[in-house]
Amino acid sequence: MSTEKSRVAAEFIKGLWKENPVFVALLGMCPALAVTNSAINGLAMGLATTFVLVCSSILVSLLRKVIPKQVRITTYIVIIATFVTVIDFVLEAFLPDIHKELGAFIALIVVNCLILGRQEAFASKNNIGMSIIDAAGMSAGFTFALVSIGIIREVLGNGSIFAVDLFGKSFEPWIIMILPPGGFFSLGFLLLFFNWMTERNKQKRSKTA
Amino acid sequence: MNELIWIFISALLVNNFTLSMFLGLCPFLGVSAQLQTAFRLGLANIFVMVITALASYALNTWVLIHAPYLRLISFIIVIASAVQFVEMAIKKLSPELFKALGIFLPLITTNCAILGLALFSTNKGYGFLEGLIYAIGAGLGVTLALVLLAGVREETRILQIPRLVRGAALNLIIAGIISLAFMGFAGLFG
Repeated sequence: MSTEKSRVAAEFIKGLWKENPVFVALLGMCPALAVTNSAINGLAMGLATTFVLVCSSILVSLLRKVIPKQVRITTYIVIIATFVTVIDFVLEAFLPDIHKELGAFIALIVVNCLILGRQEAFASKNNIGMSIIDAAGMSAGFTFALVSIGIIREVLGNGSIFAVDLFGKSFEPWIIMILPPGGFFSLGFLLLFFNWMTERNKQKRSKTA
Repeated sequence: MNELIWIFISALLVNNFTLSMFLGLCPFLGVSAQLQTAFRLGLANIFVMVITALASYALNTWVLIHAPYLRLISFIIVIASAVQFVEMAIKKLSPELFKALGIFLPLITTNCAILGLALFSTNKGYGFLEGLIYAIGAGLGVTLALVLLAGVREETRILQIPRLVRGAALNLIIAGIISLAFMGFAGLFG
């Protein structure tokens, strides 16, 4: 039982850090850069993606023995597109402001390679429980990445965090950070930071060993 | 006529799909190691974009008026089959080109620039000709961005760069600088 539990934990945690979709695998970068000019947008995008990823993982995992191998990719895409349509209309109805802010990028969740990648690599081979855990871990990692890029860009570019003013009136915002180049720079430097952390951990381990 | 030129310039430079709208980043970072492959991928992109623009116009005019909720699903199916069709046609007509494009051709299906193009031109309410010009401009813009990044990346290979920075981090920072340069077009036709 304990090994089962630890496997569940490991499947969840790998998505957060070791196999983080944005920082390590470089998947789903288009939304990660396009909508992260504020922390709230990043969070909303992360949650929308979470919904789509978890739901389609459940369905794909349920149908994994029924779907013929030759048409599996098309089937996955249609399943994903269905859930994206659902979340698109839900957001439009209940959170019109956020929907307007994210614009076409909600619809573009369909072609987020992270989601299709998880269906192909995990949900089509594992049972429902594990697929849910995997999807939840991956989307938690994705949301974490989006929110951290969003926070960096919002703090530097707008002087606020989750729309709460931080520095008062005297702060001169670094506008470039909320414009497109800022997205590339933030992710570039975050990747650098990730590389540095991994390298340092490796060195530490080789010293103790 | 002026309107059409503006749409073209806007899609090509001012609202460049890759550098200011962050569409199609996976091939942008993945396939930009060599100038020649980058250019070829750009051409394939233009081709699929034009087909998608025509197909999405037809869908919008005749089908989606009756069932708007099918928009995403029908677009993605049209794109997937268009790519499949183009792949078969190229394979038959010019095996050389097919070989040169390799895996990048089928991967165009999951390129968000293509679906983005269909969605944006629908949202903007473009007609047949406008949509076509928009597709060509956007495709050329994507090609331009790919070629620019690939050119810089080829140069960085002979430079001495710390190992930590090499790879995706460096590419993103280069892309950021190119994107900064493209910000200069923002005032154009403003």
